Amino acid sequence: MAGNIWVLAAQWRGQLQEVTYEVLALGRRLAADAGVQLEAVLLGHNARDLAPALEPADVILWADHPELAEPTPETYALALAQLVKARQPRALLIPLTNVAMDVGPLLAAHLDVPFVNFCKTVRVADGALEARCGLYGNKVEVTVAASGAPAILGVLPGTHLAERGGGQAPSIEEVPVELPEAPRVRFVRYIEPQAGDVDITQHEVLVAVGRGIQRQDNVALAEVLAEALGGAVCASRPVIDQGWLPLSRQVGRSGMQVKPKLYLALGISGAPEHVEGMKDSGLIVAVNTDPAAPIFGVAHVGATADLLEVVPALIDRVKAAKGGKAA
Amino acid sequence: MNILVVLKMVPDIVEELEIAPDGRSLDPLSLRMVINERDEHALEEALLLKERCGGTVTALALETPEIDDVLYTALAKGADRAVKVSGVETGLTGRAGAGLLASVLADVPHLLPADLILTGVEAIDDLDGQVAPFLAHRLGLPYIGIVTQVTADTPGAAMVIREYAGGLRGEFEVSLPAVVGIQAATKPPRYVPVAKVRAAMKSRTIESVQAGAEAGPGLIQVLQMAKPEAAGRAEMLEGSPEEIADGICVLLAGRGLL
Ligand SMILES: Cc1cc2nc3c(=O)[nH]c(=O)nc-3n(C[C@H](O)[C@H](O)[C@H](O)COP(=O)(O)OP(=O)(O)OC[C@H]3O[C@@H](n4cnc5c(N)ncnc54)[C@H](O)[C@@H]3O)c2cc1C
Ligand SMILES: Nc1ncnc2c1ncn2[C@@H]1O[C@H](COP(=O)(O)O)[C@@H](O)[C@H]1O
Repeated sequence: MAGNIWVLAAQWRGQLQEVTYEVLALGRRLAADAGVQLEAVLLGHNARDLAPALEPADVILWADHPELAEPTPETYALALAQLVKARQPRALLIPLTNVAMDVGPLLAAHLDVPFVNFCKTVRVADGALEARCGLYGNKVEVTVAASGAPAILGVLPGTHLAERGGGQAPSIEEVPVELPEAPRVRFVRYIEPQAGDVDITQHEVLVAVGRGIQRQDNVALAEVLAEALGGAVCASRPVIDQGWLPLSRQVGRSGMQVKPKLYLALGISGAPEHVEGMKDSGLIVAVNTDPAAPIFGVAHVGATADLLEVVPALIDRVKAAKGGKAA
Repeated sequence: MNILVVLKMVPDIVEELEIAPDGRSLDPLSLRMVINERDEHALEEALLLKERCGGTVTALALETPEIDDVLYTALAKGADRAVKVSGVETGLTGRAGAGLLASVLADVPHLLPADLILTGVEAIDDLDGQVAPFLAHRLGLPYIGIVTQVTADTPGAAMVIREYAGGLRGEFEVSLPAVVGIQAATKPPRYVPVAKVRAAMKSRTIESVQAGAEAGPGLIQVLQMAKPEAAGRAEMLEGSPEEIADGICVLLAGRGLL
């Protein structure tokens, strides 16, 4: 199997995102199994200082260009297409973050190869690459042949343990890229989040509601429970999209990363984009009517039940217990 | 501003999904199809844009079962035209290659001139996503995704807001025409009463065009489809809602959380 294994470094706002090390760990294993080198690709402007930190890789390919200062997927894909054509890697692993998510398919379109999305793991089988990917909000898994030359794979965050350090100092090589002077998608500015009413990252108890809460009125039920438990209410995306709770309460890839002592997931299916934001919570308790909901693969304790029946019962008991304690 | 919105039907994942005997696909009989949630947001953003800037909204979809309902709903919500493309074999779950679909869509006569093509940022049912970047590439247009707001107050360009993590967003200027993948509309998708959809069915028509499909890069080869093996499966509490609530309380008390 010719060609090296590449990992796109998730460099953003002058920092390497943690998921870079998760994907490098996967890349390390693939490179060893295929008997090739692991190369990290670092794109940016004035980001050279970050290169040594990519040391799990054997080689760091580093491209600098003013148009790469902000990760506009179009320019990232153009730069990568040039590097891929010049060096012909066997595979390129891209961390599926909101920063890099569009890069894979745009690059695949440039190169006329498929993009293999939502990879949970990738392995070398009989000399070929095979990926196992989550579909339908992680309710189903498919194993696919990653046959593109190169294979371009989007790797889900949280699927591999991050590994740092490598032993040997990697070689760092600057690679030239040419980009159009007038890109068609132009970065203007970042919009910082508005200070939320509640900072959900600071709470030890979170009552999280998903689409299973069904109606805006029912959110109040969760509020009562959260108050009784001395915690706060947070939510999955559909609840925020409906405008039932402010954006500052969203947990997941686009929202907040939380790590409370208790995460009570009510009517949340457990899509990977949500799980990313809460999987490290101390105790995860899930209530869902669907026994096959993927959240039960993440939760420590679960119940197949209607949250609208469990929550009122829970409120009564929590109030009684707390009341008993106070008395 | 002429806006085209591309709509797709996907299996409703709240239902039980059964693997077909071939071990590589879903059993079509087990599926209930619904519009891809992101596409509903794309349609909403298109309608909001039209309300602000004028112009037209065209809803485009491949011909699949139940697509007429979706297209009439789009018309009832305020779309000016609805077009369905027939003659594309996608299979019930739409598992054609992104490249092929992009060629088909790029070929639709009504597609251009559109100033903006809005799609959902992703569909839950396919892997070699994403159709929108491939479509943009075929058409020679720019693409940006994970967008939560589009405004177009200056000629030739749109301002879009893209979502990052932790509530941080980024603003981008995009030259038009462009393809934009919508994550969520500025406002929740509007509701339209069934009576209005029925009225649209009587008074409006869905235009039909034949696909001039040419092969794009092939399907990703699916070797196997299965339910995920639960690595660590939750310990399940059984019984009535009250018993479950008791169980949760015992657990919390044990952890000093109550
Ligand atoms: C780029 C990108 C970023 C994203 N970022 C995020 C993010 O930051 N956060 C996020 O949450 N999502 C995010 N998503 C969306 C994510 O993919 C899922 O769509 C979302 O998490 C689903 O939310 P849900 O579980 O509430 O809804 P669903 O998946 O619809 O699940 C609802 C669940 O409720 C259950 N249910 C229904 N009624 C009841 C009842 N009465 N009692 C108990 N259970 C019930 C159902 O069985 C079902 O499992 C992102 C998606 C993309 C593409
Ligand atoms: N078969 C299809 N028919 C119509 N639109 C599609 C189809 N596949 C993808 N799209 C559009 O492209 C978006 C992204 O889908 P995907 O690339 O499949 O993740 C969807 O939200 C739709 O707007």
